[in-house]
Amino acid sequence: MPGDRTLTRRGFLTRGAALGGAVLLGGCNDALSRSPSFREMLARAEGATQAVQRLVLSNRALAHEYTEADLSAHFKANGSTGVDDAGYRALAQSGFADWKLKIDGLVERPTELSLTELRKLPARTQITRHDCVEGWSAIGKWSGAQLGPLLQSVGLKPDARYLVFHCADTLGRDGQYYESIDLIDAFHPQTILAHDMNGTALAEPHGAPLRLRVERQLGYKHAKYVMRIEAVSSFAKMRGGRGGFWEDLGYEWYAGI
Amino acid sequence: MHPAAIAPRTELIYRHALIVRITHWVNALCLLVLLMSGLQIFNAHSELNWGSKSEPDHALLSMRAVQRADGSYAGITTIGSTSFDTTGVLGLSGKGANLEARGFPAWITLPSYRDLATGRRWHFFFAWLFALNGLAYLLYTLLSGHARRDLAPTRGELEHIGTSISEHISLHFPKGEEAKHYNVLQKLAYLAVIFGLLPLAILSGLTMSPALDATFPFLLDLFGGRQSARTVHFLCATGIVLFVFVHVFMVLVSGLWNNLRSMITGRYAVETPEGGHAG
Repeated sequence: MPGDRTLTRRGFLTRGAALGGAVLLGGCNDALSRSPSFREMLARAEGATQAVQRLVLSNRALAHEYTEADLSAHFKANGSTGVDDAGYRALAQSGFADWKLKIDGLVERPTELSLTELRKLPARTQITRHDCVEGWSAIGKWSGAQLGPLLQSVGLKPDARYLVFHCADTLGRDGQYYESIDLIDAFHPQTILAHDMNGTALAEPHGAPLRLRVERQLGYKHAKYVMRIEAVSSFAKMRGGRGGFWEDLGYEWYAGI
Repeated sequence: MHPAAIAPRTELIYRHALIVRITHWVNALCLLVLLMSGLQIFNAHSELNWGSKSEPDHALLSMRAVQRADGSYAGITTIGSTSFDTTGVLGLSGKGANLEARGFPAWITLPSYRDLATGRRWHFFFAWLFALNGLAYLLYTLLSGHARRDLAPTRGELEHIGTSISEHISLHFPKGEEAKHYNVLQKLAYLAVIFGLLPLAILSGLTMSPALDATFPFLLDLFGGRQSARTVHFLCATGIVLFVFVHVFMVLVSGLWNNLRSMITGRYAVETPEGGHAG
């Protein structure tokens, strides 16, 4: 009904004006920034961004690959740059000879793979740009097993929808790092489990012995110190319920922009 | 001279269509939120680079807090190879215990405290609103003939641009018939913002998306890399701020209430000297 529409429009304008006023009055915007319901409203934009980007994004479109000449002289290591955990320290001491990547959850054949075994899998080397959510970019060369063929070999169960990466590092008091991606990104050709960076074994600041590269998303999705990959149908009941360490602290799960 | 005997007649004309008025104010709100949340995002990496990657040694602009010889701290802004002490505003700001290293000060960022995740939420929500609002405006303005009728300068206007410039410098504005439509400088400024600055801000913003870069590699070629796009995005914001300063100044000096009313109710008062025609 036209009458209803007018009311809605008036309501929208009133709310918009109120919001504008609140923003202009310094300090009030902080109250809005902290309000859970307002934050949820703002977060709806993430759904729109993900839907539209996935719509226009061909699933196979490759991130631009650069040349050796473009490599960053200094690739900044961000987030965790080392791991305190005693178990990890012992593994690092022996050059990760006893380290094993565990793949479990909703898979047909739960598997454990050593670094040597990972190095024998179908691999890919790519020189890509790493875009941090903070705004900086660095270019590095990454080599490692493609995740797609590896997942095919362990066999995903039909209800598997996400892969959760459990990591060895902890950041502050918020606990162990973890991340998750969906199957579109998991089977993307540039999604690799990198064990080499710039031609040498991954150094500890960059996530030794294994880090995820998921090239079309921001840096925090590229989990370092990966110890275990778990296939799940949902991450809603895991930790903070948002599918990742930074996600639980308010960052977007879909980090395409 | 205005002899008191000749009383000017005031005529109320319908100047702005409803959709123009709504999209104008939604746009104003969006730009304010986008600017303030954008500065919060900028603060997470308070320097600008050119090309694909960030190289601190080759930054075009940086804002940093550095320790002075006496142990105190200073905010230093560097543009190219020239450094400025901007303590209290850029690089280092906040009073007393709240003194902290940050690019832009708390009073201009959204939220005021350091919180990149929340800044991004504000930014992307209002970026969507801004884009949809802009699309609605563009559809109206192109389909209704508003752009051609009211925004496109005529040949004659362009030839007499000098007159308009001197009018603006002396802050004397047309009255009567001529006041019923935008003057040539106004037209050019609006066209540059609507079809230049704002679309460029959107494009450079989208180029910072690693996902969109994969699908539309020409974005990277267009701007010369992701960090260049970030710099262009910052320059667009600067340009929009400059435009708004000039815009608000012109609104103030050419009749605040008349201008405000025309953008709220649509009605704009034009003074016509007795006899109707103002040469």
